[in-house]
Amino acid sequence: MAARIGIFFVFVAVLLSISAFSSAQDLQIVNAERRIDLSSHIVKAFLTLKVENIGKDPAAEMLLAFPPTQIKNLAMVQALAITGKKKKKIYLPLDVKPTEQPDAPNDTGYYRVKFISPLGPGETVSLEVLYILTHSLEPFPVEITQSESQLVYYHDSAVILSPYHIKQQTTFVKTPTTRVESFTSIEPANRAGKEIKYGPYENRASYSYTPVIIHFENNSPFAVVEELVREIEISHWGSLQITENYRLTHGGARHKGVFSRVDYQSKRSVSGASSFNALLAVLPPRVNSVYYRDNIGNISTSHLRTGFRKSELEFEPRYPLFGGWSATFVIGYRVPLEDYLFEASDGRRYLNFTFGCPLVETIVNKLTLKVVLPEGSKDPSAVLPFTVNQELEVKYSYLDIVGRTVVVLQKDNVVPTHNVPFQVYYTFKPIYMLAEPFMLVMAFFLVFVASLAYVHIDLNIVKK
Amino acid sequence: MAALESPLPGTPTAMRNAFGNVLSVLILVLIGVLAFSIRLFSVIKYESVIHEFDPYFNYRVTQFLSKNGIYEFWNWFDDRTWYPLGRVIGGTVYPGLTLTAGTIWWGLNSLNIPLSVETVCVFTAPVFSAFASWATYLLTKEVKGSGAGLAAAALLAMVPSYISRSVAGSYDNEAVAIFALIFTFYLYIKTLNTGSLFYATLNALAYFYMVCSWGGYTFIINLIPMHVLLCIVTGRYSPRLYIAYAPLVVLGTLLAALVPVVGFNAVLTSEHFASFLVFIIIHVVALVYYIKGILSPKMFKVAVTLVVSIGMVVCFIVVAILVALVASSPTGGWSGRSLSLLDPTYASKYIPIIASVSEHQPPTWPSYFMDINVLAFLVPAGIIACFSPLSDASSFVVLYIVMSVYFSGVMVRLMLVLAPAACIMSGIALSQAFDVFTGSIKYQLGATSNSTDDAEDNTSTNNAPKDDAAASKTDKGEEIVKERSSKKGKKKEREPADKPSVKAKIKKKALVLPLEASIVALLLLIMLGAFYVIHCVWAAAEAYSAPSIVLTSQSRDGLHVFDDFRESYAWLSHNTDVDDKVASWWDYGYQTTAMANRTVIVDNNTWNNTHIATVGTAMSSPEKAAWEIFNSLDVKYVLVVFGGLIGYPSDDINKFLWMVRIGGGVFPHIKEADYLRDGQYRIDSEATPTMLNSLMYKLSYYRFVETDGKGYDRVRRTEIGKKHFKLTHFEEVFTSHHWMVRLYKLKPPRNRIRGKAKKLKSKTSSGLSSKSAKKNPWV
Repeated sequence: MAARIGIFFVFVAVLLSISAFSSAQDLQIVNAERRIDLSSHIVKAFLTLKVENIGKDPAAEMLLAFPPTQIKNLAMVQALAITGKKKKKIYLPLDVKPTEQPDAPNDTGYYRVKFISPLGPGETVSLEVLYILTHSLEPFPVEITQSESQLVYYHDSAVILSPYHIKQQTTFVKTPTTRVESFTSIEPANRAGKEIKYGPYENRASYSYTPVIIHFENNSPFAVVEELVREIEISHWGSLQITENYRLTHGGARHKGVFSRVDYQSKRSVSGASSFNALLAVLPPRVNSVYYRDNIGNISTSHLRTGFRKSELEFEPRYPLFGGWSATFVIGYRVPLEDYLFEASDGRRYLNFTFGCPLVETIVNKLTLKVVLPEGSKDPSAVLPFTVNQELEVKYSYLDIVGRTVVVLQKDNVVPTHNVPFQVYYTFKPIYMLAEPFMLVMAFFLVFVASLAYVHIDLNIVKK
Repeated sequence: MAALESPLPGTPTAMRNAFGNVLSVLILVLIGVLAFSIRLFSVIKYESVIHEFDPYFNYRVTQFLSKNGIYEFWNWFDDRTWYPLGRVIGGTVYPGLTLTAGTIWWGLNSLNIPLSVETVCVFTAPVFSAFASWATYLLTKEVKGSGAGLAAAALLAMVPSYISRSVAGSYDNEAVAIFALIFTFYLYIKTLNTGSLFYATLNALAYFYMVCSWGGYTFIINLIPMHVLLCIVTGRYSPRLYIAYAPLVVLGTLLAALVPVVGFNAVLTSEHFASFLVFIIIHVVALVYYIKGILSPKMFKVAVTLVVSIGMVVCFIVVAILVALVASSPTGGWSGRSLSLLDPTYASKYIPIIASVSEHQPPTWPSYFMDINVLAFLVPAGIIACFSPLSDASSFVVLYIVMSVYFSGVMVRLMLVLAPAACIMSGIALSQAFDVFTGSIKYQLGATSNSTDDAEDNTSTNNAPKDDAAASKTDKGEEIVKERSSKKGKKKEREPADKPSVKAKIKKKALVLPLEASIVALLLLIMLGAFYVIHCVWAAAEAYSAPSIVLTSQSRDGLHVFDDFRESYAWLSHNTDVDDKVASWWDYGYQTTAMANRTVIVDNNTWNNTHIATVGTAMSSPEKAAWEIFNSLDVKYVLVVFGGLIGYPSDDINKFLWMVRIGGGVFPHIKEADYLRDGQYRIDSEATPTMLNSLMYKLSYYRFVETDGKGYDRVRRTEIGKKHFKLTHFEEVFTSHHWMVRLYKLKPPRNRIRGKAKKLKSKTSSGLSSKSAKKNPWV
């Protein structure tokens, strides 16, 4: 496994060295539109780019640049190529990889987007880029009381940071409510309702950057899972047992002073506006044996709806979460094995399950996903659409002798868009399933033999 | 061996014996399953969780043990409780339960069965109640044969008194201690019946386990000497009695002294002196019997006069030393709880902290019916059965029931000791009654069909225990030899059956009752048993399985759950600093340390009365004085339990008078009379100003009036006296969903001189600070 990852990195490095040759100035962006959605604490930005090759050689890829403040909070970058006209538009996903440039100004971070086919001289292509930022809304004031609502800062640039010349660009910022305390105005800029419009700006040189601050109200639940450990235990006797250990905090403005239950219960609309006490987890369909507890026992506030496509678990933490408060809990459930475990054509088995966190609209700072394979399985390998840290562990569970192989996948900064299927391949002989029942049978057999022997053997020295 | 010893395989008797043995084992297994499963109501109806208060402490200790190992456990100094004093857990706790559960957990985990410590703790009590019912079988079998044994075991498996202490999750000392108690008694009786030193050694070990498990071991070490004395006085001294008693005292005391919490108390406190005294007496008696054996009667008389005169002198000296020792200690060498057992009014007079615990109160008559139900009526019958014929073993159980009835009358908690005795007696009574009735039915039917087989049946099967008892009386010497040579006690009951004694046959005929009367009586007995079973199942399901940290109520729109305690403990554990100190009344100390992992000032251990009185004083003082007390104790949060909103009766306002009493016992400026209006405890507008200004009142009712506009307290069924008030030294930081737990934070002290000067200067400039200055008049 480690060797395979190593080879992969070498491959990436080779690619990087090749890509460094194509000059950045060979491309230019004819038209760019950016829509930034600030309605929750997960910032989503949609870029629509029209890219033209003005150089002489065909270009195989382009670069997306991000300022250093954003690159560390960047959870995900996706790109789609648009082909076809108006009604027959086809979106094709493109390969996006983080990359580094030797001449990057001011620690700018880059992502490399590979076109489907190299872009010939004079040709244009339309791209849709989605990138997601976490922890990018900074609460101000930092501490609020129960009756105040939460105001946050959002820092960005009015113009798109790009290594290419941009002929024309516009940025729309959507705020959750109409309450915007202030925003930096870079002419032409105006605000209408929940939307702030920057631009259009004409002919901005590469690496233009004009910082703006938007100060607005955002009372959406800032549910941040600081650490999530999901354990998926495969039992070939017919079920997958999933156990999820959460450490949840409210990542917004910290709560200050008194918490009054009277105010919280009687004036729900104005009291604790930024707090939350209801959470929703989307679980697989046909889920059963669901439990919700923490280390001091069952938590009785939950409700499960099962459906054909998905199950929904509505639940409340023990107490409402105000800014800075945290809670830990465990959700566990079981799903039938046949929905998720398949046999590959080469005889190996593979688990096909969803990565990420089942809670809606939450950020996971550190996600550890452990796939516990049955005892006796060999050659595990995981296949994921993005890079994660992988390692192997051994776990001893019910009556194990050699232990079970655990594939540990670890990723930081996970957002709901990471909830995509992944596969873990392994080989397993069904005969191992019988090992533990056989051991039990043997143990009982030995007990009976021993008691038989005890009854029939006379240990007295003197015969009577 | 069994097959070799009994008559040729294939003969009806051998088959019947084999069948009977298998049936007994099967019944015992079923009784074990019953004992275990009847205690699972709490898990099924509620959840698998540790119950109440003390179990949380035991659970926490077990967690520590499983995490850090046995040596760390012995040396554990707990700084999370009794702040700032701390508590040496390893030396002040009965380690039996913890070590048992820890060993089970360790064993399971080394077999790679990954049960959590919590699961093991929750199910320890049901497992041990199955063991306890098996031990009851063994004990009763020694007394009156296996029929009575099975009946007693079945009764014990579901006796409500024991269920109340051993439902799943009730992880308390009593859970294992009752098993240890019965098993120790069984081994004592077994030694007494066999005179085997092997069983005597086992007996000392079982006693050691009991000492490890529960402070109630003093019951054993007083009851057994009393029985020995009884035997000696009634002329039943035998070498078997010596074997049963002397090793127990020597080994048992040595082993007991190994338990840190007992230590030298095993030889220093008065609770143990009775055993030493009887130890001396039994030696004197043994010596007398020995000398009597080797001397001629004439010489013996001379020797007696000699020995008596010397013995009197020695005894006088020993007694004088003992009296001096006892008199030198302030409580006469007795611990408070033991003293309150001897003098039921002692605690209420001198130690309010013992009197304040509800389980230390004397029980009411209904609680006897609730806890042992029909057994209360069967016990006298059992006692009568024990007297026909009276053996060493049956005199012991009679003594046991007499003593335990007395102790249960003093403290409701000791009902638990009565329950096994009542079960044994009732088992004997039931078994004897069934013997008589079925025997006479069989005889009557046999008489009509004129079959010879039936008569033999009567004697060989039903009468086996009686035969045994009779045999043990007639040929004791022979029996000892028999027991020594045979390794397994199983044969004992079989052998008398092989040679039915003529005596028993005659007796049997004398007890024949009319057929109809027997059938009716049998039906009535079965109905009585059915009533008992129904009551026990009801008690297990409804009365005793609530974990008390979660409350439920059945309303029209379904089950409503009140989980406020855990809500606030979880809040404390996640949203306060790990070293913050939480003050609450001592009831919630164990739960706070175990569930919230925060340091507490006092807890349920109640070892330091002054410390508890300090907290009681703070709760009864006005806000400023309370703030000063709490601040001096480094307290950051104050936790109060308030039931007024939803009608939860055991809240702090209802316990408040005990806080006043205990506080006033150490700090005389707190006077109970100041909190009572004409001797009545009230919280409405008639309440005294001292009451209305006490911290407990304020913290309980702060902003309570805003919930319904009137401030109607659903527990006291009245409107509260003082409705609108502000807190100056405390601020509300958390109140649980149903207001059952309210947490307040001590406001930080202000900088006195400079702060005041600044405040005056900036009074005009900043509106906010001037407002808060008005709020805090104590600056």
